[in-house]
Amino acid sequence: MIQEVGTTEQGDLVVNLGPQHPSTHGVLHLVVTLNGETIKKVEPHLGYIHRSIEKMCESLSYRQFIYVTSRMDYLSSHINNHGCALCVEKGMQIEVPPRAKAIRVLMGELTRLASHQLWWGAMAMDIGALTPFFHAFREREAINDIMEETCGARLTMNYMVPGGVMADLHPNFQKRVKEFINFFRGKLHEYDELVTGNIIFKSRMEGIGYLSPEDAVSYGCTGPTARGSGVSCDIRKLYPYEVYGELQFEEVTATGGDCFARYMVRMQEMRQSISIIEQLIDNIPEGQFQAKTKAVLKLPKGEFYSRVETARGEFGVYIISEGGTTPYRIKFRSPGFSNLSALDHMARGHKIGDLVAIMGTLDLVIPDIDR
Amino acid sequence: MLSIENITHSIDAWLNGTFNPTVAVLLESLIVGFCVIGLFALLGLILVLMERKVSAYMQIRLGPNRVGPGGTLQTVADTLKLAMKEGLTPDGADKFLFNLAPFLVIVVAMMILAPVAFAKGTQIWDINIGVLYISAVSSLSVIGILMAGWASNNKYSLLGAMRSGAQIVSYELSAGLSIISIVVLTGSLRISDIIASQEDGWWIFKGHIPAVISFIIFIIAVTAETNRAPFDLAEAESELTAGFHTEYSGMKFALFFLAEYVNIFIVCAIAATLFLGGWMPLHIGHWAGFNRVMDYVPSSLWFTGKTFFLIFLIMWFRWTFPRLRIDQLLNLEWKYLLPMSMVNLLLITLIAIKGWHF
Repeated sequence: MIQEVGTTEQGDLVVNLGPQHPSTHGVLHLVVTLNGETIKKVEPHLGYIHRSIEKMCESLSYRQFIYVTSRMDYLSSHINNHGCALCVEKGMQIEVPPRAKAIRVLMGELTRLASHQLWWGAMAMDIGALTPFFHAFREREAINDIMEETCGARLTMNYMVPGGVMADLHPNFQKRVKEFINFFRGKLHEYDELVTGNIIFKSRMEGIGYLSPEDAVSYGCTGPTARGSGVSCDIRKLYPYEVYGELQFEEVTATGGDCFARYMVRMQEMRQSISIIEQLIDNIPEGQFQAKTKAVLKLPKGEFYSRVETARGEFGVYIISEGGTTPYRIKFRSPGFSNLSALDHMARGHKIGDLVAIMGTLDLVIPDIDR
Repeated sequence: MLSIENITHSIDAWLNGTFNPTVAVLLESLIVGFCVIGLFALLGLILVLMERKVSAYMQIRLGPNRVGPGGTLQTVADTLKLAMKEGLTPDGADKFLFNLAPFLVIVVAMMILAPVAFAKGTQIWDINIGVLYISAVSSLSVIGILMAGWASNNKYSLLGAMRSGAQIVSYELSAGLSIISIVVLTGSLRISDIIASQEDGWWIFKGHIPAVISFIIFIIAVTAETNRAPFDLAEAESELTAGFHTEYSGMKFALFFLAEYVNIFIVCAIAATLFLGGWMPLHIGHWAGFNRVMDYVPSSLWFTGKTFFLIFLIMWFRWTFPRLRIDQLLNLEWKYLLPMSMVNLLLITLIAIKGWHF
C-alpha cells in the first residue's frame, strides 16, 4: 500500500529538532517525521522567543519604537531600524538630508556584509566544517569595530532617528572602512577557496532543497532565498529608497533554486555590497546629518507602509495611526517567517543532513520569525 | 646500548630467573597491563591537547593556554572535571548494556594495541597472524557503538548508531584490502616480518604507485572507521547533537572520548607500520652510509614521528572538510573505494609475483 508522503504512520520516527539544538541557531523547534534517514515531514513550532514586539511598539512613541526592532533580526538591526524610520518619515513627510541618506546606506551595507559573514560561517558549521566560522568572525569583528566607533554599539546599533542618523560619522570612519574593504576583498577569495570550491561542500549543496520560482513566490519568500530561485525581488532595485537609485549595482539572481544557488547569491551579494560601499565612501555629501524635527512626533491619521531589503529579504513596516503620539497598530512583515514556511516543501524526501543544509541556506534568525 | 629492547629483555630474564615460568608470565602480563593503561592515559592527554592546539592553529585561535605551562595540563583538568561528574543513566535505558558499552569500546582499543610494535623489539605480542588479528578485533568496536546507541533510549543516539554501523562495516572492506596488499608484498601476516621486509625501503616507496594508492585508501578508510570528520556522521553535532553518546556523561563519556583518540593513534600506528616501515629508519636500498646515519635516530622516535605525522594529517582533515551525507558516504565506499582497492590489489599481486618491487 502506498501512503501519501507526509502522513505519519506506524513505524515512523518522529524527532524533535530543537528548541535546544545546535543547528537551529536559536530556539526553533522542528518536529521532523523520518522514515529511516529520509524526511517525510517538517513541522516548525514557533513561539519560544515571542516577545510581542509589535504590541510593545504600540505603547512607545514614534522616536522610541524604532529601537525595539533591533531585537528582531539582530543581525541586520540597522536595516530594521531603517525601515521603521522610513515609515515615520513618510507619514510626517520629513525630508532627510543627503548626508544622512548616504550614511544610512553605508551603514546598511556594512550590516549586510556582517550578516552575510556570520551566515557564511554558520552555514559551513551546519555542513560540518567548523573552521570557517572562526574565519568569518575575524572579518565580522572588523565591521563591528567600525560600528562601535561611530554608533557606540556593535550589534544593536540604534543609530537611526526619524529624519536622519543619531550622530555624525567618526573622523576615522572613511579610513577604516577603506582599510576593511581592501582586507575583506582578499578574504572573500579565501572564503571561496576554503568552502565554495570544496568537492564535499558542492556535493552537499547541489540539487538539494529545490525551490521553484513559482513556489518561492507562493510561499512569499524574499531576499536571497527567492533570488536563488531566479525571482527578482530586491527592494533596493525595484523600489529604491534613499540613494540606492543613484548607485551602480546589480541584483544578484541565480536560476538553480537549490542550496548552492542560494549560497552563491549571498556570496555575490557580498561583492555587490563592497562595490556599493566603494562608490559611496568617497562621495558622502557634506551637510546636516539630521533633519530638524519637532520634539514630539505625531503621525497624521492614516495608514503607512514602507519596506526595505534586509540581509534576509523584504522587511515591511505597516503603521496605522490615529493621529496620536503612539501608533495605533504596528505590523512587521519579517522575511524569516515566510522563508521558514517553505522549509517543509524543500526538505521532503531529503536526508537529515540535508535539512540542516537547507536551514543553513535559508539564513534563519529566530527572533525575526517569532518577534 | 641502553634501549627499550634491552630493558624488556633484562626484566624478562630476571623474572624467569627468580620465579617459576608460570608466575613469571603472570607477572609480565600484569606489568604489560599497567603499561597499557598508563599508555592510554598518556595518549589521551597528549592527543586531546594536540587536537585542541591543532584546531586552534587552524582557526586562528590560541587554544588552551591557562592550565599549566602553555595549557599543557588542560586535559588533566578536564579529566578531573569529568571524573567528578555524575554518570547519569536515562530513564528507560537498558542499564546493563548502557553501562557496558563504553567499557567494550575501550577494551577493544586496548586489545588492538597488543601486536603494535612501538620500537625495535618492543611489542607486547608478536602473534603470527598480526594484521588479521588487528582487522578482526577492530571490527568489534562497532558493537560497542551500536550497543550505546540502542541502550540509550534516545532517537539521536539510535540514528547515530545506525549510521556508525553502516559506515564501519562498509569501510572495513577497503581497509582490509589495503592491509592485504601489503601482506601480499611481504608474504607474512606477522607485524615483525612486515617491518623487517622494509629494511631496504618503506613499502610506500618500494611498491610503486599501487602502494601509494592503497596507502591513500587506507587513510580514508580508517578516518571513516574511527568516526572522524569528514566521516563523523555517527556524532554529527549539527544534525544529531552528539550522536551515539548523546546520553553519556561523566567518566562513561570520557571513556568514549578516550577510545576515539586511542583509536586514532592505533590506526595511524598501523598505517605507519604497514606503509612507512614502523620503527624502521628511512633506508634507501644499498646506500650503506646513508642508512647508518639514519640508524643513529632511535627506532622509537621513528615510530612516534611517523605516527604523529599521520595523526596530524587526520586532524587536518577534520578541521578543513565539511561532513559527507550518509548516502554519499556509502557511495564513496561501495562505488569508488572498494572497486579501486580490488583492482589495486590485483596490480599489487602482479608486482609481487613478477618481483617488480624494489
